[in-house]
Amino acid sequence: MFEIAVAIILGCCALGAGTAMVAGIGPGIGEGNAVAKACEAIGRQPESKGDVTTTMLMGCAIAETTGLYALVIAILLIFVAPNMFIEILKSAIG
Amino acid sequence: MNKKSRWFFTVDILYISMMVLPFLVAIIIKILTNAPSAGIDITGADIYFTLPMPIQNLPITESQVNSFCVVVAVFGLCLFLTHGINNGKLTTRHHVAEWIVEKVENMVDGNMGKYFSGFAPFITAVLALSAVSSLLALLGLYAPTSDVNIVGGWALIVFVLITYYKFKGGPVQYVKSFGDPVPLLAPLNIISEVATPISMAFRHYGNVLSGSVISVLVATGLQGLSSMIFKFLPGVLGEIPFLQIGLPAILSIYFDIFSGLLQAYIFAMLTMLYVASGFPAEIYEKRKLKKQK
Repeated sequence: MFEIAVAIILGCCALGAGTAMVAGIGPGIGEGNAVAKACEAIGRQPESKGDVTTTMLMGCAIAETTGLYALVIAILLIFVAPNMFIEILKSAIG
Repeated sequence: MNKKSRWFFTVDILYISMMVLPFLVAIIIKILTNAPSAGIDITGADIYFTLPMPIQNLPITESQVNSFCVVVAVFGLCLFLTHGINNGKLTTRHHVAEWIVEKVENMVDGNMGKYFSGFAPFITAVLALSAVSSLLALLGLYAPTSDVNIVGGWALIVFVLITYYKFKGGPVQYVKSFGDPVPLLAPLNIISEVATPISMAFRHYGNVLSGSVISVLVATGLQGLSSMIFKFLPGVLGEIPFLQIGLPAILSIYFDIFSGLLQAYIFAMLTMLYVASGFPAEIYEKRKLKKQK
């Protein structure tokens, strides 16, 4: 019985981590748009390449934040949560 | 003259050892305390020892020790670069020091305005700490920036600064700004205020940590793959992971060097932007004029 409970905990943690990383789609699209626009801007005004590049990198890093929240949750679910839940289960069984 | 130059040389060696020794100490501590492990090993920072404290025990972790090593090394670098700058003879290192100071002052002036030009040392400190901490991963040490506690501490300092400069424009204006469009939205404004340091900390730490996790996963996967392919080789030859040569190094260039330096730049940039945009310059000057009358 205990083994089945542990298996369910591990499986659900893995499923949750995988589902959380769906949030990676958003930053991907957003950063792609940002880089595309930056390329257009550089094509129009090649002399402003330095400014455009630094601004683009900055914007990309900020757009990445939502993806990183999901990543942090996924890492917590894989490496931290199972041990915690198993401890709780053990203390509940006694 | 000879005696003086010998003294100069000795102090130089002292500063250089101040730059190099902390890293050696950190590596030696790591070798002494860590048992080498095979396979995937993604853990947080190791706890070296715990100090008993009245409310809660204070664990001294690897990331704390490493970040203090970084502090000492950066301090040594500053002393080395400015050593003998008043001797009347400028050498390469003085030009490097001047270049750093000039670049950061230009950046601060351009992004924050003249009122905040005193911020340049703080921004330089943030940049240097963050960049050297991320580059520590190249030495095989645990990068302090992949621990949320270290970066969270920096973000808290920035949050205190932002709140201080918002308060400086007038406490009444500060409280009023929470009910900005309609007072009904006050809870949301408070949440967005608290979210600033959290998002800054998570952005920096998540980037560095994700890089190290991906590097470990790729390295372990290549090890397994090469042991599967080169199984037929006799003896020790079959155990050498040939496929691990090359690809992890390229990943390390991106994740450890480029990403780490970019995150340091972004952390400093966001600090400047948040502090400068939080300060209501017009209201502050109006109040100053009123006080003078």
